[in-house]
Amino acid sequence: MSSTAPGAPAPAPTTVAAGGDAKASAWRQRLQQLAALGGLVLIFAAFSIASPQVFPTYSNITNILFSAVVVGVLSLGATFVIITGGIDLSCGTGMILSGVMAATFIVTWGLPVWLGIVLAILFGGLIGLVNGVNVAIAGLPPFIATLAMMLVAGGLALVISNKAPIYFDSQDHSSFTALSTGNLIPGSGFPNAVIVLLVAAVIAYVILSKTILGRYDISIGSNMEATALSGINVKKWLIIIYSLAGTFSGLAGVMLAARLGSAQPTGGQGYELQAIAAVVIGGTSLSGGKGSIVGTVIGAMIIAVINNGLQIISVPQEWQNVILGVVIVVTVFIDQLRTRRTTTT
Amino acid sequence: MTTQPEAEVQQRPHDPDLLLQVEGCEKSFPGVKALSGMRLDLRKGEVLGLVGENGAGKSTLMKLLTGIYEREEGSFWLNGEPLEVRGTRDAQEKGLAIIHQELNLVPHLTVAENIWLGREPVGGKIFTRPREQVSRTRELLESLGLPLDPNTVVGSLTVAKQQMVEIAKALSFDAKVLIMDEPTAALNDAEVEQLFGLIRRFVTRETGVVYISHRMPELKRIANRITVIRDGRYIDTMAMDKTSMPEVISKMVGRAINTDARPENVRDDRPVILSVRNLSTKSLLDDVSFDLQEGEVLGFAGLMGAGRTEVARAIVGADPITSGEVVIKGRPVTIRNAAQAAQHGIGYLSEDRKRYGLMLALPVTHNVALSSIGGKFSGFGFIRDKAITAATEDARQLLRIKTPSVRQLVKYLSGGNQQKAIIARWLVRDCDVLIFDEPTRGIDVGAKEEIYQLLNRLAAEGKSIIMISSELPEVLRMSHRIVVMADGRITGTLPAGATQEAIMALATHREDDEPLPAPDSDAPIIPNDEKAEQ
Ligand SMILES: Nc1ncnc2c1ncn2[C@@H]1O[C@H](COP(=O)(O)OP(=O)(O)OP(=O)(O)O)[C@@H](O)[C@H]1O
Ligand SMILES: [Mg+2]
Repeated sequence: MSSTAPGAPAPAPTTVAAGGDAKASAWRQRLQQLAALGGLVLIFAAFSIASPQVFPTYSNITNILFSAVVVGVLSLGATFVIITGGIDLSCGTGMILSGVMAATFIVTWGLPVWLGIVLAILFGGLIGLVNGVNVAIAGLPPFIATLAMMLVAGGLALVISNKAPIYFDSQDHSSFTALSTGNLIPGSGFPNAVIVLLVAAVIAYVILSKTILGRYDISIGSNMEATALSGINVKKWLIIIYSLAGTFSGLAGVMLAARLGSAQPTGGQGYELQAIAAVVIGGTSLSGGKGSIVGTVIGAMIIAVINNGLQIISVPQEWQNVILGVVIVVTVFIDQLRTRRTTTT
Repeated sequence: MTTQPEAEVQQRPHDPDLLLQVEGCEKSFPGVKALSGMRLDLRKGEVLGLVGENGAGKSTLMKLLTGIYEREEGSFWLNGEPLEVRGTRDAQEKGLAIIHQELNLVPHLTVAENIWLGREPVGGKIFTRPREQVSRTRELLESLGLPLDPNTVVGSLTVAKQQMVEIAKALSFDAKVLIMDEPTAALNDAEVEQLFGLIRRFVTRETGVVYISHRMPELKRIANRITVIRDGRYIDTMAMDKTSMPEVISKMVGRAINTDARPENVRDDRPVILSVRNLSTKSLLDDVSFDLQEGEVLGFAGLMGAGRTEVARAIVGADPITSGEVVIKGRPVTIRNAAQAAQHGIGYLSEDRKRYGLMLALPVTHNVALSSIGGKFSGFGFIRDKAITAATEDARQLLRIKTPSVRQLVKYLSGGNQQKAIIARWLVRDCDVLIFDEPTRGIDVGAKEEIYQLLNRLAAEGKSIIMISSELPEVLRMSHRIVVMADGRITGTLPAGATQEAIMALATHREDDEPLPAPDSDAPIIPNDEKAEQ
């Protein structure tokens, strides 16, 4: 209110006016949430221009969504772990092992399909539980604990499957493959897998934003010692969080096996990095304490759009990873620029 | 005379005899007008005290002066010259040095490396010259009379020593104006003396100090004049020897403060709620035993490093114990972590709010609710956000937490208001036993009184409180009984009416029995204490 243009005798040094600070910052926050989405739209638009006939069609879009399912579900789980400031390198091979277990339960043991699915998902949770115990109780750094689990799970998948794919019977187990490729909405051509991803994302969203698990997750990532001293059993909650992440990779394993109609004992490596990439592109900070499920889903979509679009405009396979790498650097760099600006002013 | 007419503010010409002058300074943050029409005069050769309530804008003003924030309006003059500050480095080179409320050193670098960080002496533009760096550091430390080794890793130093490094770093720029933002919040009396010696040596006819503090007796001793600000506005400046502490405080808070609420007496036949038996830890504690009665405020006094915080951490299971037991209401219990402690009704507030208390990047609501999220703030695992917001609003009013909204991130609150937020965390949880470690650190005089009264009320309602504090008058003021520690042991327990001398005698009790410190080194903090008037 007392805007002081310095008096006449005073040699007035030029003043730096940073008016409208409040509004600017509110906008900046909104932008932050929209940034990943903006990136997705931009990339989508670019491919649509490059290939107007094929890329933006209904069938191709369902294609993209379909191909985003596995990485998407994996990255939902990874989000929770990364918010604690940890990392889960075992989610890729954990997913493969869960798929092999699903086939073992259903094909080898002859359990009902639904039971096999439930057990396989729980098996993924068990892998996560072991990770959680190693991190929280044994005190191993998450990188090491889950690196070890990555090797163990990858190895066990080979051992249990006898190094060969296990095929589901196209008659007896048709309900299993329908989980991925069937159409719950008849005639829409809209694969069930996408519905599974959506449901999983909603569940993850609710857990992160509406439950104590979500609050503790963020709290542990913000300041683990302070959280513990506030009377929260951090070890217990870490184990729960890693188990939750494992459960999501169990689900991803089931979805992958259902899509392929078989459980492949190899090929899991690399998925964990795609999942981490999706999480990071979505704005979750690797140093913990901050994260968003919506962002992660968008991150997974960005990866799927890039892979699909590059294929359509016939960029050779070997260039896809190069471009994905560049996208990661650019998005995270922009994200950091934004946060740096908001913290220093 | 409290608020200046605006016309007068505008027409005040700059005065070349002043070392530093601030005129019409404005600064807003989203939702907060932190400074409006702020002014400040620092004369050559003086120590200017700067006081104001938590969130009044003290730190903000200093951050503007030292180039951390950009000012929106207003002008600065240094030695009669208009002063334009572009960034922190520019401020340092122009002679404005600041010691921040929170320490800013790199823990794994040495003293010398920290002091010269970013401007290491170099040869051939590439190679650092470690030996020159060390010798220059040694000269600097000697000239300041600081007993530090340039090669020590900063992380291994005590907070007080780290503060010395900060000061050495600030002065290595050949500073004309030294700004200190609550420098003594974590110092003990002897260290405060050392700091005062340093300030006195620094102040010459060409230099000056701005000294921000909530400790009135310290200001009495070190400051020549005192400037009071309130709600981002300039209120008044007074000569230290022509004012009294009650006057300063009333200008500061703008409302009456009742300073003589005393704890009610506790009868001896009250049941013991918490009993600590023969507690020892590997690092420090040696056979610590005491009883806490229901409805009692038990003060813990002692020098820094005496083991008071360690006792608290051992009780709540934050540090492992090697022997001993904790008995709650007659039943021995095993407490392995703070979660179990909280289940037994014990809450612990740490002395180090940044490291062990706050979630800086999360909202006030989360910081206040954290301890109770698993309890009354959730049902079937789902968060009850409305209950959290309501409870935080209540706490905000009760403790006068200054923030534009309870959704504000805690890092944007002033230091004292951050402290209030974590006090609120334990008030919300409703524990039977509260262990408060330096609860009023960084809190202004008015709010301190209110917290004292709140604690008295809690005790009267039957809560039991262990209050660890380095401010003796605070311990004396609050406690029904006072436990004194030295070197990891309890050296005595005193009744409510004990003197500061009696506490100091027990606190400095050692095997090799050092002499007691000079009587005036434990400066009294009660505002109208006679001793401080001398
Ligand atoms: N970076 C920031 N963003 C938003 N608000 C801020 C920021 N820094 C300070 N504020 C607000 O500006 C006001 C003044 O804060 P400041 O830190 O200057 O108080 P202070 O006088 O130093 O208080 P204390 O005695 O508690 O340290 C407070 O209300 C605070 O919430
Ligand atoms: Mg401050």
